[in-house]
Amino acid sequence: MADAEKIIEIEVLRYRPEQDKEPVLQTYKVPFTDDMSVLQGLQYIKDYLDGTVSFRWSCRMAICGSCGMMIEGKPKLSCKTFLREYYPQGLRVEALAHLPIERDLVVDAADFVAKLERIKPYIIPKEARTLEQGEYLQTPQQRDMYEQFSSCINCMLCYAACPQYGLNPKFTGPGVLALLHRYNADSRDGGQDERMKLGYADEGFWGCTAVGYCSEVCPKGVDPANAINQNKMNSAINYFTRFVTPGRADK
Amino acid sequence: MKRSNEPIFWSLFGAGGMLAALIGPALVFITGIAVPLGLIYAPDTMSYNNMLAFAQNWAGKLVMFGVVALFLWHAAHRIAILLHDFGVHAVAAVKLFSYGGAFLGTVIAGYALLAVGF
Repeated sequence: MADAEKIIEIEVLRYRPEQDKEPVLQTYKVPFTDDMSVLQGLQYIKDYLDGTVSFRWSCRMAICGSCGMMIEGKPKLSCKTFLREYYPQGLRVEALAHLPIERDLVVDAADFVAKLERIKPYIIPKEARTLEQGEYLQTPQQRDMYEQFSSCINCMLCYAACPQYGLNPKFTGPGVLALLHRYNADSRDGGQDERMKLGYADEGFWGCTAVGYCSEVCPKGVDPANAINQNKMNSAINYFTRFVTPGRADK
Repeated sequence: MKRSNEPIFWSLFGAGGMLAALIGPALVFITGIAVPLGLIYAPDTMSYNNMLAFAQNWAGKLVMFGVVALFLWHAAHRIAILLHDFGVHAVAAVKLFSYGGAFLGTVIAGYALLAVGF
């Protein structure tokens, strides 16, 4: 650290279940350079100041989705956010909002993972094909129908942003609903009916009030609000046509 | 999971929103600015007789009913969701106030339009 003369104060929300009744803030003075991310600041704390600080991270390049946290009250990936933006006033980092804290900046993702599994986040082939028949072909136009939604990295920033998820954790939430749409909108997929049953519920698309903050905070340019709105239309059409469309009444 | 009945309210909300976006500003301009100030339209455009004739025509009835009812349902849903976002979740009371109000307005509009005759 050649030009490490600049020092920034990082306030970290600590929660150690064995000693803290409730989360408390702890401040660290961290020397930093202009190219250092908030994640690197936390790594400096862990390596040189306080080895007990816990946080998740892996790739350092905004693709693994592990290092999401509240930075100055906004859900961000700490690897994609730079310390210099908060100099000289300093910054506060906290565990992702709306999710139970396991320890310090580590949240419990069990609810998110359970919801993700429920929507079957994989292609359910429309028709079985033998090896001889070759691969499932798709035109660029068909790919465009779902491509942006496939960029989701499951970082849960949209869950920390969503006021409806904060009010009612039963709401399926933006990320999972965007992924539901990603598979439903894939021309190779035939699992729409199973997935839409989850979407038609109050806890599905209808739990959204179109606030749109999820799309704003997404670090990968996914637009969950758009996915949900498209499917409110699909759900409404299904709601009214299910009695006149053969075979739809039970769906 | 249980299917939501929200599509009913959301569709009315969507239809009202679409209608409001398309003709709302024009209606405000015509009925609130142009006619009272005597711009563009003849001074008696919104006279009692003209408006009564409009309300007695079946097409006029349809337009008036659509505007009043759908605008109300749009507003009701907007109010219910806004209250929810602001932390008022007394679901039954909020629904009674918002959707109940829209329902009442719809019934009154329908009754009044029929009462003025054809």
